[in-house]
Amino acid sequence: MATVSVASSVESRPQPSAPLVPKVKASGLSFYYGAFRALKELDLVVHENCVTALIGPSGCGKSTFLRCFNRMHDLYPGNRYEGEIRLYPDDINLLAPGVDPIEVRMRLSMVFQKPNPFPKSIFENVAYGLRVRGERSGRTLEGKVEAALRDAALWSEVKDRLHQLAFNLSGGQQQRLCIARALATDPELMLFDEPTSSLDPIATASIEELIADLKKKVTILIVTHNMQQAARVSDFTAYMYLGQLIEFGRTDELFIKPKNKQTEDYITGRFG
Amino acid sequence: MPYARDLKSIRRLIAAHKRWDLVFACCGVLALMVGLLTFIALFVDMAIDGVPRLNWDFFTNFPSRHAAQAGILSAWVGSCLVMLVTAFVAVPLGVGAGLYLEEYAPKNWVTDVIEINVTNLAGVPSIVYGLLALGVFVYQFGFGQSILSAGFTLALLILPVVIVATREAIRSIPVGIREAAYALGATQWQVCKDHIIPYSSAGILTGVIIGMARAIGETAPVITIGALTFIAFLPPSPIKAEPPFLSFEWLTSPFTVMPIQMFNWTSRPEAAFLQNAAAAGFVLVLLTLAMNGFAIWLRYRLRKNIKW
Amino acid sequence: MFTQAQSPRLAQRRARVLKERAIEMVLFLAALVSVFTTVGIVYILVKESVVFFQQVSIVAFLTDTQWTPLFDDQHFGIMVLLSGTLTSSVVALAIAIPLGTIIAIYLSEFAPFKLREIAKPFLELLAGVPTIVYGFFALLFVTPILQWFYPELPGFNLLSAGIVMGVMIIPYVSSISEDAMRAVPMNLREGSYAMGATRFQTAVKVVVPAAFSGIASAYILGISRAVGETMILAVAAGMQPNLTFNPLEPAATITSYIVQVALGDLPHGSIGYQTIFAAGLTLMLFTFACNIAGHVLRKRFRETY
Repeated sequence: MATVSVASSVESRPQPSAPLVPKVKASGLSFYYGAFRALKELDLVVHENCVTALIGPSGCGKSTFLRCFNRMHDLYPGNRYEGEIRLYPDDINLLAPGVDPIEVRMRLSMVFQKPNPFPKSIFENVAYGLRVRGERSGRTLEGKVEAALRDAALWSEVKDRLHQLAFNLSGGQQQRLCIARALATDPELMLFDEPTSSLDPIATASIEELIADLKKKVTILIVTHNMQQAARVSDFTAYMYLGQLIEFGRTDELFIKPKNKQTEDYITGRFG
Repeated sequence: MPYARDLKSIRRLIAAHKRWDLVFACCGVLALMVGLLTFIALFVDMAIDGVPRLNWDFFTNFPSRHAAQAGILSAWVGSCLVMLVTAFVAVPLGVGAGLYLEEYAPKNWVTDVIEINVTNLAGVPSIVYGLLALGVFVYQFGFGQSILSAGFTLALLILPVVIVATREAIRSIPVGIREAAYALGATQWQVCKDHIIPYSSAGILTGVIIGMARAIGETAPVITIGALTFIAFLPPSPIKAEPPFLSFEWLTSPFTVMPIQMFNWTSRPEAAFLQNAAAAGFVLVLLTLAMNGFAIWLRYRLRKNIKW
Repeated sequence: MFTQAQSPRLAQRRARVLKERAIEMVLFLAALVSVFTTVGIVYILVKESVVFFQQVSIVAFLTDTQWTPLFDDQHFGIMVLLSGTLTSSVVALAIAIPLGTIIAIYLSEFAPFKLREIAKPFLELLAGVPTIVYGFFALLFVTPILQWFYPELPGFNLLSAGIVMGVMIIPYVSSISEDAMRAVPMNLREGSYAMGATRFQTAVKVVVPAAFSGIASAYILGISRAVGETMILAVAAGMQPNLTFNPLEPAATITSYIVQVALGDLPHGSIGYQTIFAAGLTLMLFTFACNIAGHVLRKRFRETY
């Protein structure tokens, strides 16, 4: 049964030992597509250097929620936020009208469902964020790109062809390139929107490994359609359903002893 | 300069970048304005010079040595007759070709050649069609410098427009419609005749109107085949009093068309003739605007109404 | 073995199949007309040009610096006409390519939905105005304005014809470029925005490179429009052959020369008659070269999102 395998992968993991420091906190967050209320009064804390997973059946609003953090919804007309998302330690509300979405996106970075490398070379893809931030020195760029590619476990595979077009990479490599691109700018929080949904199992495994590694450096919020994946990579898990946050807790607790009946139905496979 | 890390320098950087956004948005609006202002200037220029000349006589008089008595009768009659031939040739050929390419054509090199051809023909300068017509229609086929030659030439010229519009209209019909008709036992031609052509007719019409608007303003190819610039008579009437009531003599008649009449007046030094040219130009602009506007409106309605 | 009842049905069936085949044949012929057109164009241009080149050497055609086919002292230097074509095209493209590209980027990446819905049909209307009207406008509106800034400008000149031609070509460039940019998938743009890029940065660094092959086709179409444009030049640039690259001078182009000859009454089969086919062949080869270049560019930079 699905539950058993999920539970076993949770139990074997050591607990995070360091004290928990909040990195972002959403409170009373609602989101509207025009008149349609897609998210209803969500509250969520993401702790520093932890991986937090958002799970739920498709259409539950988990991606919508994720895209609130870096204000992606501002790109399209007719969208509206209510409530706040506070970023610590500066304690600013990311959703405040006075806060520039570009500033938010410079501090948070995002990895998308489908790998979306730019039609540029591998090097220029990773350097893009730095160039957008005004970095011009070739040496700094080279150093930063190499570090990011190493962190994304891609360096050894691409170091000899940094100036080839990124489209020539395989799907899994492209996604790791997108992770490197997101890492290169030292983000305070990384958002992953179902990063493995278009990849094969081997590429998925390498991305999961990478995410588990990365949490030493950055805080991660990941949306996943796959419960096993949430159980494998995350420290905290939130279960969402119909735009509401049903349950939030430590991943092991949520998977082994869900407090809510709906959550239990979902993770035992009776639903969704 | 090291890349921006602290909030203050990030904000400064964003402000600088956003200035570029603003600068570019202004450039975009300005560029659009260039188009808009040119159009307004052109329209107003034609209207100021031409409208005083527009009266009933202008439409019912033949061209004349005296600017004040000159009119566009032979020109607009010629344009109408040429358009008639063009439509009669271009519509069946264009729709037939579009239908073949979308519904019948097998995937082979012949089809590829036809498709590449249609694309390339759309980019051939119109004057080259004039040379084709001069060599082939006027001399080889012996049509002479007639309405028939002009109509054929313009039909070939707008053929790619009609074909492309037909194909687009047909392509927007979902496969399910075809399958439903086939499932009822219809043959391929019955599917085309009863379903594909009727459902795509509005889209085809859009393409035909845009093509005709282009043909009515085309000057160069019609000059090349040798349309006369001074015609003080009308082609023989297509309708006769005695049986068989229809006559096709007009097809071989010499003729002139509106843009050529306008060109002729434009190349005269006297200001009075330039006014005539402006008046003829104003009529042409109104005509093409109305046709294109109607086609655009039709397409807009289509997109809004049809939801397969 | 058929029973009596089956055979009429079989005959009916055969008739139906025959009818279907016949209809398919007719439609196929309709589709072939476009091929015949191309073949006809090539045939007629080559045929008359061959006669022409039997009397005029290709070397003289390409190197002579005079073009006087209708005078007693005949010279056939196509360079003279090409210079007019090139100069006016450069002026036109210097206007159409930047403005068309800016409009395309603006409409695709910046403009609110409403504005785009209004601007696109408006640009189409601009492309629908007959070129003879543009020629009149160049001669009697733009030239006087230019003369106001530069009084020595002759009444016929390549500059005003080129400018008006440029405005006429803007819609072709902008509409195809915009379609190419809109075809760039949204997730590529989101990737850039998520890095903190502004609209301008996203447009210039991500969308334009991704849509490059489509934009290149738009430019190629613009070039062939400019090279093949006839009436604006025939009306506003004067029709005297003039070997010049100065847009302030009047000059004939390949196309306006053809119009000039066609306006007169040249006997079929005379050398003057054949010159227009040789000129037409030159024009055709030029457009063909542009199309090939466009094809190569598209192949080389095909979108692979």
